[in-house]
Amino acid sequence: MPIFIDRRLNPKDKSLGNRQRFLKRAREELKRSIRDRIRTGKIADVDSEHAVSMPARGTGEPSFSDAKDSGRRQHILPGNKHFAPGDRVPKPGQGGGGSSPGKTVSEDDFRFVLSREEVLDLFFEDLELPDMVKLNLKEILAFKPRRAGFAATGSPTNINVGRTMRNSHGRRIALRRPKQEELDAIAEQLAILEAEPRSAAPVRQRIAALREELERLERRRKRIAYVDPVDIRFNRFDAQPVPNANAVMFCLMDVSGSMGEREKDLAKRFFVLLHLFLKRRYDRTEIVFIRHTHEAQEVDEETFFYNTQSGGTVVSTALEEMHRIIEQRYPSNEWNIYAAQASDGDNFVTDSERCIGLMDGQIMRLCQYFAYVEIIDERESHIFGTTDNGTSLWRAYSAVNQRWPNFQMSRIANAADIYPVFRQLFARQPAFQKSA
Amino acid sequence: MANQTSKFGQTGKSGQTSKSGLLFSGADWDFKTLSRAYEAIEAIAIEELHLDIYPVQMEIISSQQMLDAYSSVGMPLMYRHWSFGKHFLYQELLYRKGGRGLAYELVINSNPCIVYLMEENTMALQALVTAHAALGHNHFFKNNHLFRQWTDASAILSYLDFAKGYIARCEEQHGVAAVEAILDAAHALMEQGVFRYRRPPKLSSERQREGVRERLEYEERSYNDLWRTLPPSKGGGNVGEKDSGIAERKKTLNLPEENLLYFLEKNSLVLEPWQREIIRIVRIVAQYFYPQRQTQVMNEGCATFVHYTLMNMLFDRGLISEGAMLEILRNHSNVIFQPGFDDPRFSGINPYALGLDMMQDIQRISTEPTAEDRDWFPDIAGNGNWRETLLDAWANHRDESFIRQYLSPALMRKWRFFILADAASEPHYEVASIHNERGYEKIRAGLAQSYDIGASRPDIQVVDVDLLGDRQLRLEHKVKNGIMLEEASRDATLRHIRTLWGYEVSLAAIDAQTGATLNERSTSQIGE
Repeated sequence: MPIFIDRRLNPKDKSLGNRQRFLKRAREELKRSIRDRIRTGKIADVDSEHAVSMPARGTGEPSFSDAKDSGRRQHILPGNKHFAPGDRVPKPGQGGGGSSPGKTVSEDDFRFVLSREEVLDLFFEDLELPDMVKLNLKEILAFKPRRAGFAATGSPTNINVGRTMRNSHGRRIALRRPKQEELDAIAEQLAILEAEPRSAAPVRQRIAALREELERLERRRKRIAYVDPVDIRFNRFDAQPVPNANAVMFCLMDVSGSMGEREKDLAKRFFVLLHLFLKRRYDRTEIVFIRHTHEAQEVDEETFFYNTQSGGTVVSTALEEMHRIIEQRYPSNEWNIYAAQASDGDNFVTDSERCIGLMDGQIMRLCQYFAYVEIIDERESHIFGTTDNGTSLWRAYSAVNQRWPNFQMSRIANAADIYPVFRQLFARQPAFQKSA
Repeated sequence: MANQTSKFGQTGKSGQTSKSGLLFSGADWDFKTLSRAYEAIEAIAIEELHLDIYPVQMEIISSQQMLDAYSSVGMPLMYRHWSFGKHFLYQELLYRKGGRGLAYELVINSNPCIVYLMEENTMALQALVTAHAALGHNHFFKNNHLFRQWTDASAILSYLDFAKGYIARCEEQHGVAAVEAILDAAHALMEQGVFRYRRPPKLSSERQREGVRERLEYEERSYNDLWRTLPPSKGGGNVGEKDSGIAERKKTLNLPEENLLYFLEKNSLVLEPWQREIIRIVRIVAQYFYPQRQTQVMNEGCATFVHYTLMNMLFDRGLISEGAMLEILRNHSNVIFQPGFDDPRFSGINPYALGLDMMQDIQRISTEPTAEDRDWFPDIAGNGNWRETLLDAWANHRDESFIRQYLSPALMRKWRFFILADAASEPHYEVASIHNERGYEKIRAGLAQSYDIGASRPDIQVVDVDLLGDRQLRLEHKVKNGIMLEEASRDATLRHIRTLWGYEVSLAAIDAQTGATLNERSTSQIGE
């Protein structure tokens, strides 16, 4: 009799720890591969699984092994069809000499899939992103009434009839309010007695007593109301916060010649990051890409990142385009509107005033959040530092920044600068403060 | 396939199956049926084949758990290491792509013998697997001399449990990176970490290990630097002449030493006690698997022969339905499939096929030999007792000697074996021998040779080290037939040895025939 043990319910993923160790070991290489992928892929695709190829460095398991291209050896093979001793067989391929003519898959050359969490971990590591991206924060934006028991006060439309009548019934029983049947019975008795033509003295007495009784009961009925204000109950509603489930993200970017590959790459990371935040929070996120030179247009993601256009730089055109699209497609009571703008700060001289006007007048009212990043040269970052001096757009937006708390602006010179732009977005959340 | 399912349908429906004495009907299994099948199979195995087995412990696992077991070298317990994670990813990929099915079972050489059964298997498969693993492999583990002498079936699980816990504690104490560095280096030397010629010391019992650890801890606690200042005892004072010094040194260090891990564990000057213990763990795991690698053909052949014979006996006795038997045969023929060398599916010689064929051939030789067999195998031809002959072969051989002893000309003709001579300098292979009178001996010797691990792995030994001088560790690689080491992996492995040794390490390639030094590589020549 063998012993049987059912192991199927044992904890799964026994090898998860080994997997994590392996990924840690291959970290640098995987990071580079993920970064390349994201540079060429779509923003919305970041937040998913990725297949990566086996990293070559750091994961080798060397051991002493024979060199295939040296020495003399023998292969004993089955299935001889027509060979005789002394026959010569050409070696397959170049340098493939030595190996027996069979195919083997190398264990060091294969692709495997990283989970979403692992991808994010690798991608954001050089941004030193704290765990808050992984927190699922709910932004409270709308309220929906939800039934929450009963109340003694309220508006007449909310009267709960069932509850009210039950209270009234109980009170009537408790205070012994005469019932209609009792009254009817006495009235009937009276009618019978009065109908008799000759009434004796006891009968008359009886009639008088009944009349008195009837009167007493009716008085009592009048004093004890059928439905009293104390009986009345109202349905109670609580306003329950409902996170607004839709968000739209506007990506605005200057695509004039001054924006090179590096600038676009940084801008893309910035957009990816905002998109990730939004995706964590909202059921549905849409992205609108608006590029501009001296005129703005809505384009698809491909065109946005990879097509260049020549022309001057008029930022207000992009803001106007964004406003037009909001009016048309994304009413601000249904959508949470986020905007991220990336630029090198160049703007047509007289246009900056107009931008301030647009922002103050229309856009900032509609937006949950507007983030502006100015992508500068790494050398410039030392010069500008934290001063308010800067490009014309920077100076213009500084004014906006003072008036609107949901406006955020920053200069970035490398990837690590991107994250702080979003810090404020989270700092505003009470939920975050609690968990921090 | 359709045929098979319809057969199942019939047996399921007929209703009289249980009365007709079948062990099971239909594809579903439960523990009662498994147990009934096991008992029937065991009874026949002992009665008809005279098998002698360890008690059996059957464990039902899911496919995920099977993958887990794959990645930790098939052991139910294993310490943590990134390379297992890598192997898991690879196995999982193959499995997901459908490139490789999972094994139906996994069997551990332990006492009691642990057999893993996959939950997805049908009842017919479970019966097949029971016969294959719980009886075939089990018998082989218990009776083959390599396993009897070189591994300790009753101690391995508790040892692995200890190893896992010990390495986890080391990681806590010294950090994962430090432990990983030692494990990486030790893993690189696993091939050179076994005793090939002398028997390894027995695994110490749990209590002894506990004692050793306690002593180490005590020494750590009560370490007193003052002892170091004592003058050395007189014995080691004067090292005499140089030559006698070297000879003396080699003698005390027991050089040359083939087991690199053992040497490093005992003699490295830089390792801490816990690091030595980790090397010891890796060495013991390597040693545990060494007999298995020498007996692939025999082990699988024995198990396949046993399951094939037992299943047919069960069928003949009316204990298995035709439908189940068809399923069993289909799986059996998948397992023993052997394409020719020029087939795109060819990936070497299938040990299941070769083992089974040889064992059935032995059965044939002892019952109905031809004149040729009488000529080649005077001892067993026509002795009529194939059971004893096989039991004897299973007990006393490893692959190399088994093939050298029992591969018959008839089988070589059936397999149409031939030898391809391959010299790296030539642009072509040359067919050296085929299955004819002149070739039989050569093919048999060549095939046996290719299963001799001692001959097919690089032979690397520690030859010298001057502990009082520059402490350079000298290794020697005996080059046979001009086959050198692959350079990139050689350098990487040497780096690992230096990590464990702490000082310079050099490896000389010595031609085995002429004794000439072909080249010498030292860690000082290798960059980081």
